[in-house]
Amino acid sequence: MTIKEIQEEIIDEFAMFDDWMQRYEYMIELGKSLPLIEEKYKTDNNIIKGCQSKVWVHAEMNDDKVEFTADSDAIITKGIIAILIRVFDGQHPSAIIDADTDFIDQIGLKEHLSPTRANGLVSMIKQLKMYAIAYQTQLN
Amino acid sequence: MQKEIDMLDVHKIRKDFPILSRKVNGKPLVYFDNAATSQTPQVVIDAIVDYYSGYNANIHRGVHTLSQEATDAYEIARKKIQAHFNAKHTHEIILTSGTTHSINIIATGFTDLLSKGDEIIVSALEHHSNIVPWQMLCERTGAILKVIPMNEEGELIIDVYDTLLSNKTKLVFTNHISNALGTINPIEEIIDKAHEVGAAVLIDGAQSCPHIKPDVQALDVDFYVASAHKLCGPTGVGMLYGKEEWLNKLPPYQGGGEMIEQVTFEKTTYAGLPHKFEAGTPNICGGIAFGVALDYMNSIGFEAIASYENELLAYGTQKLLEIEGLKIYGTSKNKTSVISFNLDNIHPYDVGTIVDKLGIAVRTGHHCAQPIMDFYKIPGTIRASFSFYNTKEEIDALVDAIKKAKMMLG
Repeated sequence: MTIKEIQEEIIDEFAMFDDWMQRYEYMIELGKSLPLIEEKYKTDNNIIKGCQSKVWVHAEMNDDKVEFTADSDAIITKGIIAILIRVFDGQHPSAIIDADTDFIDQIGLKEHLSPTRANGLVSMIKQLKMYAIAYQTQLN
Repeated sequence: MQKEIDMLDVHKIRKDFPILSRKVNGKPLVYFDNAATSQTPQVVIDAIVDYYSGYNANIHRGVHTLSQEATDAYEIARKKIQAHFNAKHTHEIILTSGTTHSINIIATGFTDLLSKGDEIIVSALEHHSNIVPWQMLCERTGAILKVIPMNEEGELIIDVYDTLLSNKTKLVFTNHISNALGTINPIEEIIDKAHEVGAAVLIDGAQSCPHIKPDVQALDVDFYVASAHKLCGPTGVGMLYGKEEWLNKLPPYQGGGEMIEQVTFEKTTYAGLPHKFEAGTPNICGGIAFGVALDYMNSIGFEAIASYENELLAYGTQKLLEIEGLKIYGTSKNKTSVISFNLDNIHPYDVGTIVDKLGIAVRTGHHCAQPIMDFYKIPGTIRASFSFYNTKEEIDALVDAIKKAKMMLG
C-alpha cells in the first residue's frame, strides 16, 4: 500500500469512534502492536529530543525500503509513534520524504501537532523523515 | 476548621477570576497548576488595562504628566512590595523579570566576592534555575558547590547541612518551599546556622510567597527572591530583596539606561539603589500590577489562605490515597498544598494527557527538578497544586479523572 492509502485506512478506522476516549483507547491498542526496537538500539543517540516521555527510534534500509522499530516509556506516545511507523514503515525513502501528514488532523489528534506540545509528535515526524533523507542520500 | 473555610468565601473569590469560568475540552476548567502560574483576578487585569489605556509612558525620566503618573505608580508598587515583605528600606527592593533574573543578579554579583576553594551550599530540592547559576559561578571562580541532601520524605537533612558549613562557606542557597514536592524547608534554622559561619543566605520564595507572607527582617535573610506570576500577578516581573549593605557590595548586573549616574567615555558612575540593578526600561505595567496583586492577596489574608489551602491539601491527600496504586512523593509534615504523585507504573505524561482531556490542568514531568526525580528513580510525577480559589469539588473531579486514566492506561 502507498503512504496515502495507509493514511486513508487509518482515517477510516478512527472515523468509527464517537469520542476522544475511544480514539485514545484505540491509540493505546495500536501502541501495543508497535514493532519494538531491539534493546541494543535503545541508546541515548536514538532518543527523540523534545518529548516529555522517552521515545527511541531505530531505522534500517532493506531492498530500498526503510524499516522502523521504536519504543516509548509512555503508552500514549507509543500509540502515536505506532501510527507514524505504520504509515512510513516499508516505504521507499523518497515516498517518506514527500509524504504529508495531514491525516493526523483528520483522526482528531490535531492537538498533538503543535510544535510546543510536550509529546513531540512534530519531532517524531521530523526524525523519521531525517532517516529517510539519510537513506535517500545513500541511494543517489 | 469549617469556620475557616467560611471565612474565606471561595465561591465569592472565584468570581474575581474570569478564567475560572471557562471550559477546556468541553469541561469546566479545573486549574491545579498553581505552583507553575497562579491565575489573575480582575483587579489585576484592570490595572494592566488602566495602565495602557491611561498613563503608559517611560518612567524616571520624562517631566511630562504621563511619565510622572507612571513613575509614581511604579514607585508605589515598590513600596507595596517593601511593606509586604517587611523590608527595612524601599531601595532594598529591586524589581526584576522574575525569580530567575533575581537569582542571576546575585550569582553574577558574587563572582568578584569569591575565591578558589570558597564554598557555596545549595539544597537537593532545587529547581534547575537554582542549580545552574551556581554551577556557572563555581566555574568562573573555582568555588565548590556542596549539596544538602534530602531524605525519602523529601525533607532536607539538616544534620548533614551542619557538617557542610565551615568558614569556607560564603553563600547558602535554598528554596523556602520545594516546587516539585511542596516541602517547607526550615529556613530560619538554615539562615541562623549560615550566619554563625559568616555566610550570606539567599532564599528562593517563588513557591512560598503564594502561601506564606515572609518577613525578611524577622528572618534576617540576606537575599529573598520571588515572582509575581505565582502571586496572582502578571508573568515577566518579580523581585529581589537584598539587605542594603549586601546590595551596595554587589556590582551592577547589566549596563544600560536607568542604572547610571553619570556617563562619559572615560568613566561611568553608577546610580544608587535600587536603580543600579534596574538597567533599561523595566516592565512598568507588570510592576504596577504586581503591587495590585499583593493588595488583592492581602485583602483575602495570608492566614485565611494558608488555613484553607491546608484543608484542601488534607482532603486531596486523603482522596488521592484512596486510589489503589497511587503513590505520593514528598510526604513531609511540613508541606504546602502541592501533591506530587504517580499511578502504579503508568507514565505521568499519559495520565496528564488523559486528565487534560477532562478539563483538568496538572503539571507532569520532572518539574525542572531532575535531581529529585533521580533520587526517587522516576521519570517524573503528576503534580496537582492547589490555590485558595480551588474547591473540594474540583479535587473530586481530579480523583474521578485519575480513576478514569487508570482504567484506560492500566
